[in-house]
Amino acid sequence: MSTAEQNRRHVWKGATEAITAEAPENPGRIHVYRQLDDRLLGWIIPVSVLLVWEILARTETLPPNWLPAPSAVGKTIYQLAVSGELLKHAVITLSRVAAGFLLGASAGTIFGGLTGYLPGARKLIDPSLQALRSVPSIAWVPLFLLWLGIQETSKIALISVGAFFPVYLNLSVAMWHVDPKLLEVGKLYRLSSFQMVRRLILPAVLPEYIVGLRSGLGLAWMFVVAAELLGASRGIGYLMVDGEMTGRAAVILASVILFAVFGKVSDWMMNAAGRRLLGHRAR
Amino acid sequence: MYTRLTDSFRRTRCEPFKNLSSIMVKDGFDRRGTVKIEIVQKAFSGSKGTLLALKDILLTIDPGEFVCIVGGSGCGKTTLLRIIAGLETEYEGSVFLDGKKLTGTGLDRGVVFQEHRLLSWLTVHDNVGFGLAGLPAQELSREDRCRDIRHYIGLVGLDKFEYEYPHQLSGGMSQRVAIARALVGHPEVLLLDEPFASLDALTRIRMQQEILRIWEAERTTVVLVTHDIEEAVYLADRVVILSPQPGTVGNILPVRLPRPRDRTDREFVRVRRSVHDELFAPGGMTQLVADNF
Repeated sequence: MSTAEQNRRHVWKGATEAITAEAPENPGRIHVYRQLDDRLLGWIIPVSVLLVWEILARTETLPPNWLPAPSAVGKTIYQLAVSGELLKHAVITLSRVAAGFLLGASAGTIFGGLTGYLPGARKLIDPSLQALRSVPSIAWVPLFLLWLGIQETSKIALISVGAFFPVYLNLSVAMWHVDPKLLEVGKLYRLSSFQMVRRLILPAVLPEYIVGLRSGLGLAWMFVVAAELLGASRGIGYLMVDGEMTGRAAVILASVILFAVFGKVSDWMMNAAGRRLLGHRAR
Repeated sequence: MYTRLTDSFRRTRCEPFKNLSSIMVKDGFDRRGTVKIEIVQKAFSGSKGTLLALKDILLTIDPGEFVCIVGGSGCGKTTLLRIIAGLETEYEGSVFLDGKKLTGTGLDRGVVFQEHRLLSWLTVHDNVGFGLAGLPAQELSREDRCRDIRHYIGLVGLDKFEYEYPHQLSGGMSQRVAIARALVGHPEVLLLDEPFASLDALTRIRMQQEILRIWEAERTTVVLVTHDIEEAVYLADRVVILSPQPGTVGNILPVRLPRPRDRTDREFVRVRRSVHDELFAPGGMTQLVADNF
């Protein structure tokens, strides 16, 4: 048995012990277990994994160019931030997501509102859009590259396609399903069409619409990765490709983490804005 | 645009009124609210052909009168109420309010449904105010709106709940809000479609007393649809019995008992039995329904 293997065994044993130490050994200790904060419980696995990973990398059990230590990834992010590289790439990725999401969500809102409000428009437009939806969005890439070139336009177009469908679908379906009993109340009090939309339909569909915006934003992040992987000279996705080309796994992992953080933060912001709009209705 | 959008979600708050005596009182001399119903027939066409819901309904309701329409499920009583409300416009015949032929919905009629149909995103105040939403701003000032809304929230006894949301209210309270919303536009006729059917028995009795109190305060014409015989006899000046398939006026029984009525009173029981007999007479409603099953 090599020293490396011995180390690994030792580490694994240690990790298992660390986990089981939190679990109850006999019924008398159950209350201790219950007292543990749920959130604390959720941290056990990621922290352990990071710890094991760090040790494995430090002891060079795993080749560092294959799986660098978490500390090395952190250092890479720090270096990128200090050199200004991070800001440059983050800004370009963020603006792509923002432009694509705004474009896609606006189109989704317009088409969703139109098809949700007018049955005629729904019959006319919805089947075509549903057919387009069944095309895996990445399949548009070659066409967009051909039509719109390899510059920003094709990337933003791809992101818009991603953001469009959840917004469109959620809004359209929600408007279609507004309780007819509530619409009758609006009719009783002689609301104009505009008032019907503003005072009844809009507030009624708002929760579903916000869900649509959130999933649209999520897809926008997914598609910016695709767009930047497939041909970009800047952006976090480009950093990934660069890391792959130059064999720097730390850069790839750093990019992954950056995408996760940006995605999470933007979703959180969207959620907070939604909760504000929903007011008391948000749980 | 943004402010207009957020307006839909912002709750309205009113300044307290300095001059409480200015609260409007309905003109007692102007007796309006005569409903004249002349329905030849009302049919629904479905996949299985047409169904005749109502036929030959001739009925005149006097101003300030409390009329209950009683009948079993499927006898067309809700359809009749929806026609008066203006929610059903495809029928043969006409309905007149104070001599004017009705063509659609209008603020001259207030409607309360079996479900409260309150808007979950609005406070009690704004839900009641929704009854005035269709009025142009120049017709009713912000202050007058607030005053009227407050008046009716007070009338249904919910002063302390003005800024609560519907999910914070009980079933009976929600129905009170719905009644306030129906009254806030000063309708001549209040139309109630089984308004207490989904409430528990004790709340129902309390609400029946309340609707009488509100009716006495407002003196509007009231048409209440119910399948509860006791409710009809307790509330109505006249009980209209609707026989089913097609729905037509079976009989009209005046109830001349003084209010408040005692449900155990001998005369009350007698009237209740005659309504009951009318509904369950041989060859009457139960027979017809049984034949159809």
